[in-house]
Amino acid sequence: MGSNQLKTQLATMRDALFKQGYLDEQFIQLEELQDDANPNFVEEVVTLFFRDSVRLINSVEQALEKTPPEFDKLDKYMHQFKGSSSSIGAAKVKSETSLFREYCKQGNAEGCVRTFQQVKKEYTTLRKKLETYFQMARQAGPGESASRPKLRFQVYPVVGVLASVFLTSFKLYKSTLSEQNNASSYVLFLLMSVSIMCEV
Amino acid sequence: MMENGFQSTRAEAFPAGLRVLVVDDDVTWLKVLEKMLKKCAYEVTTCCLAIDALNILRERKDGFDIVISDVNMPDMDGFKLLELVGLEMDLPVIMMSVDGETSRVMKGVQHGACDYLLKPVRMKELKNIWQHVFRKKIHEVKDIESYEVIDDIHLMRNGFERFEDSHLLSGGNLSLAKKRKDMESKEHENLDLCDLSSVKKARVVWTVDLHQKFVNAVNQIGIDKVGPKKILDLMNIPWLTRENVASHLQKYRLYLSRLEKESEPNAAFGCFNQTDFSPKDPSTGFGLQSSITAHQSREACSSFGFSSGETIVQAIDTEIKEGDLKDIVPLLPSPEARNALVGKLHEIQKKSNGSQIDFSSSVGGSVGLDVRCDSFDSTGLRKHQWSREFSDMQFKRQTEPENKSYRHASPAFVSPHPCIETNSSINAGAPIAKMEKENSSGSGIKPLCSRYPTSNVAYLPAMASTESPLPLQPEAGIGNILLSGRACAMNESSRTKGNSFGHSRGICWGYDQKDLFEANTAVLQSSYENLPLSSLQDYDCVENTVLNNIEFLEYDDLELFAALPVQHCDRLKFNGDYNLSEPVEYPAMDQGLFIV
Repeated sequence: MGSNQLKTQLATMRDALFKQGYLDEQFIQLEELQDDANPNFVEEVVTLFFRDSVRLINSVEQALEKTPPEFDKLDKYMHQFKGSSSSIGAAKVKSETSLFREYCKQGNAEGCVRTFQQVKKEYTTLRKKLETYFQMARQAGPGESASRPKLRFQVYPVVGVLASVFLTSFKLYKSTLSEQNNASSYVLFLLMSVSIMCEV
Repeated sequence: MMENGFQSTRAEAFPAGLRVLVVDDDVTWLKVLEKMLKKCAYEVTTCCLAIDALNILRERKDGFDIVISDVNMPDMDGFKLLELVGLEMDLPVIMMSVDGETSRVMKGVQHGACDYLLKPVRMKELKNIWQHVFRKKIHEVKDIESYEVIDDIHLMRNGFERFEDSHLLSGGNLSLAKKRKDMESKEHENLDLCDLSSVKKARVVWTVDLHQKFVNAVNQIGIDKVGPKKILDLMNIPWLTRENVASHLQKYRLYLSRLEKESEPNAAFGCFNQTDFSPKDPSTGFGLQSSITAHQSREACSSFGFSSGETIVQAIDTEIKEGDLKDIVPLLPSPEARNALVGKLHEIQKKSNGSQIDFSSSVGGSVGLDVRCDSFDSTGLRKHQWSREFSDMQFKRQTEPENKSYRHASPAFVSPHPCIETNSSINAGAPIAKMEKENSSGSGIKPLCSRYPTSNVAYLPAMASTESPLPLQPEAGIGNILLSGRACAMNESSRTKGNSFGHSRGICWGYDQKDLFEANTAVLQSSYENLPLSSLQDYDCVENTVLNNIEFLEYDDLELFAALPVQHCDRLKFNGDYNLSEPVEYPAMDQGLFIV
């Protein structure tokens, strides 16, 4: 069904993010932290990161505009930024910040400016990708998360419901063989159960 | 979730329910860490600023088991926070950083971090942080037989077993079973340690030679820069542990301060010090108080948070002396003493102001004797203010600038001047009186140690009434000093445990008995006032009192001056034991209390 397709797409996108190096293992850690108490934990953390890091980026830009640039401050900001980006597993962003810090240590203003552009680029790219990813995840419906076991738990009650529905309908059918209504209701039950199973 | 404030319940499920404080300026990481720690079944508190963290820790003494902090923070360096927490609260601190450079990690370890985690932090790394808490408890027991610690360990053990069982039932880690075995073996060990009646702790006998080496090392390093680790290195004795040195250092400091006090029996300390203190009271007082941290064998004295009066004044001896010295400096009759004191003061002053005198709490075991007296002036005040320091207010105030003026609490390590110093103690008393005034804690005379209800009560009311600086007579001064020292120590411990009053009382009593009683009432009162309001915990009181009693008794028994050296030795040895036999001390205490 639609949601299945979405889920497949979502999984593909997620794999791509990892393969292309946008995300690293920390992201999986976040996913593992997500649970019933915090069903949207990953998204919350990522949102928090992007919101909080805006002011850092602004600070860096301001500091870069000064001539000569204040390398100490830049280094400090970038260190913070590096730490932040490591919290969500933003691998590419993190490596660019490391590069930036190298230039900072060397006192290479031009290198800093250049690298910072890279940092911003990676940052914006990741942001877009993750926004899409989470949108898709929301559309795919609840239960779509990295934690596979969750689905299994969801299956059991559904199966139970289906089974009971089936039995009830069958009993009705048996008891009132002659009545058409029962048969139709039975058929309806069957259809319902089938659709539920599809959802799962 | 564990019930709040119900320690035994919490400890019973150890390591679940471990109370963690996370400090990180990065909100994203705070969120992630909080979630991770919650998943480990720990109780998490988060904060963004180091200052907030310190406030939280000070407010809730004994409210946390472990602190996790980031290295880079805007308002305060993570290493500094690390030191402060270690000194003031004696909690294990774990550092975190995205930067894993060896030099940084080394710096962290040097400043006392028990672990250094690299960001991104994994959940499995956080799962094991309970080991640091447990380890510290074990070491505490080794150093000092503390009922509380022992209880904690028992609880932890029990809790761990229970935790393990439930865990196993729920199909948890099999590794828990292994841990259980380890715990069991530790249990036996703890049992031995905890068996107070038959203390098996291998006590280090400080022979004359050993002590001489110790003194040499101390003098070589410089009293104000001394620390157990440095001394240990200089002494170069393989079988000696840092804890041994630390506790010995504590005693030594106490001894030195005693000597100073005794050397100046009638110095008009009051006037001098008082004037000094008056303007600065709050600050100076605080300085001392904050310095008193009941850290056990704390090496880094670095700026002590005066802010929190939590300093545990356990190592009254040296600390007190210092404080006294400072105050006494002007009054010291002997130029030598004075010079020594002044010299020390300067040294101390040079140190960052906020240095605190780490007093090894009797309870807490050997306390970092490192007396960083930057604000040692305040430290000096602190000493006097032992009682004062307990008031939170006092602690909060940073004595730094003001302390300098009079604080010069010269390092207690000045070679003990035979009796000249006694007066200095008086001075200390004066400051104390002053301090007390400042301490609004007068009202704090409150919780009387349950153990010493009668004695305390009598004094407390008196104390409470006195806010103004009492004319500290030399005796009183001494008494105060001693008291303060002890009070501080006691307060410290009580502070930490909430028994500030009990301790101070014990101290006062002891001294009164001796000679100081005469005019000390006022002084004592003031000291009481200063006593922290924290409620006294019985055992803390006892411990402290015992400590004090012992000290006092010793004093009482011998003429101050004559007996000093002997006393010192005896005391040194005795001190080692006092922790253990609570009941023994208690009667002594009563004796001391009798004075009134």
